[in-house]
Amino acid sequence: MIVDVNVTLSRWPFRRLAGDDPAGLAARLRKRDVVQAWAGSFDGILHKDMAGVNSRLARDCRNYGAGMLVPFGTVNPKLPDWQDDLRRCQEEHKMPGIRLYPNYHGYDLKDPLFRELLAAAAKRGFIVQIAARMEDERTQHPLLRVPNVDLGPLADALASEPRARVVVLNWSPGPRPGAAQKLTGAGEVYFDFSSLEGTGGLGRFIQQIPPQRVLFGSNFPLFYFESAFLKVQESGLTEEQRAAVLAQNARKLVPAGAAPARPRPAGS
Amino acid sequence: MLNRRTLLKLSGAAPLWAAAQDRHGPAGDTAALRPAIWDVHCHIANPATATPEDRMAGLVRHMDRLGISRAVLSLGNPILADPTPQQLRDTNDQVMRALARWPERAFGYVYVNPNHVEFSLQEMDRCVRDGPMTGIKLWIARHCNDPALDPLIERAAQLRVPVLQHTWMKAGGNEPGESTPYDILELAVRHPNATLIAAHIGGDWERGIRIVRPAKNIVMDTAGFDPTAGVVEMAVRELGAERIVYGSDAGGRSFASQLGKVMGAEIPETARRLILAGNLRRIMTPILKAKGDRA
Repeated sequence: MIVDVNVTLSRWPFRRLAGDDPAGLAARLRKRDVVQAWAGSFDGILHKDMAGVNSRLARDCRNYGAGMLVPFGTVNPKLPDWQDDLRRCQEEHKMPGIRLYPNYHGYDLKDPLFRELLAAAAKRGFIVQIAARMEDERTQHPLLRVPNVDLGPLADALASEPRARVVVLNWSPGPRPGAAQKLTGAGEVYFDFSSLEGTGGLGRFIQQIPPQRVLFGSNFPLFYFESAFLKVQESGLTEEQRAAVLAQNARKLVPAGAAPARPRPAGS
Repeated sequence: MLNRRTLLKLSGAAPLWAAAQDRHGPAGDTAALRPAIWDVHCHIANPATATPEDRMAGLVRHMDRLGISRAVLSLGNPILADPTPQQLRDTNDQVMRALARWPERAFGYVYVNPNHVEFSLQEMDRCVRDGPMTGIKLWIARHCNDPALDPLIERAAQLRVPVLQHTWMKAGGNEPGESTPYDILELAVRHPNATLIAAHIGGDWERGIRIVRPAKNIVMDTAGFDPTAGVVEMAVRELGAERIVYGSDAGGRSFASQLGKVMGAEIPETARRLILAGNLRRIMTPILKAKGDRA
């Protein structure tokens, strides 16, 4: 049983993917024993009508996968009245969380708008997913080159917003050892390992941060699902670690049935 | 792609396959039915403080968990872009130490540098003709279309060993001396009798595949870039399954992330088996036979 916290619906702008239709995605995930998948939308990366993006995402998650797909709407704080997108994600679509693409949307994590968004999302009880990147900078389309998100400032943001729950997607430690420890020490931060590299990298990672902060995320269908899955096998996790990473850790955040976000009181 | 039954097994404690798939690995009752996995692109650079034998032991531990039976090693520690003759000798010695300890789990490709052609030819004799190695490794000392490489490639063809050549096309620009698929295409045309392996499928694989497509003596390895879905399917469609070999770029990369490209690809099982080991076995058959290796 797997809970995948990092799948994406709709179409990647630069190539067609096996599973870039909602029925195909759900079928492929089901075949791989995924029981719950937190789904964003590729449309959220470049589209400006975010309300439309999120409505389609919510509709597709209702109509396909028999409850497996849990929608995570996109909010772009650089768009006018982004607060209404946030409101609709909760009040209309009953989403448990949102997904951010800071690099594609043109802000960094020091930006006051990000702080404002993080606070507003935390107040509503949202899980906030931050896509640290979507693909290797070296292979990006020459007309759309975006740097990886610098997660360093997130520690300060979390210090001022202790209610926030953040899931970092597609993160690669790069040359900054200790960055993940710093973030998990600063607040309730989780990581998927779709972009974690190095032989046995997951095994080392799980020794560096609290194991309950590691979630299974595949970045499917942009990445091969098996790449994340085989890392679990490669890393020689204990049975307990394996069960936690594959599903239990994520289940604590979004229980079966995909309960929508609930407002979190300050200090919770 | 992995099927549900396999995944359910994986969700438990069972390994993907038994520790090894072919007769060179630990025996298993259904071993003959499982696809062999040979990894064409591995390095034994880390940890720097460990011996080459121990670095390889670390790789073997992870290979066993995924059923990878053979790893092709090149480059010890440190990994140098433009090594001196002494540095070449040292790094090749490290690989040969690992081979001596793990003869049934590893192959070795001799690292050569076209900025030191005469010494590189001597290294090819020492490590391949007279030693245990079975291929040539070239990295980024010089663009591979440079005529300086010609004696090395001619010698590789005489020895009937493959040449593993780094190739990338980076959006931000390549390193000096870093070859592109265009470079290896030129090299392949000049040396139709040599078998060239374009490492990393050129990085920017949608362009890399198209560039090398006309040269039938180029195969491409899957190592060392994001596990972006579709790469193996496109390579099979455009090159044919016979021209793709699995590689990881371990230990800098995860065996798993790179193996996932092949295991997750929506291709026929016959194609998958060729990519996982069949093609590399075919490519290396002449030199393995010459060395009496029955792999």
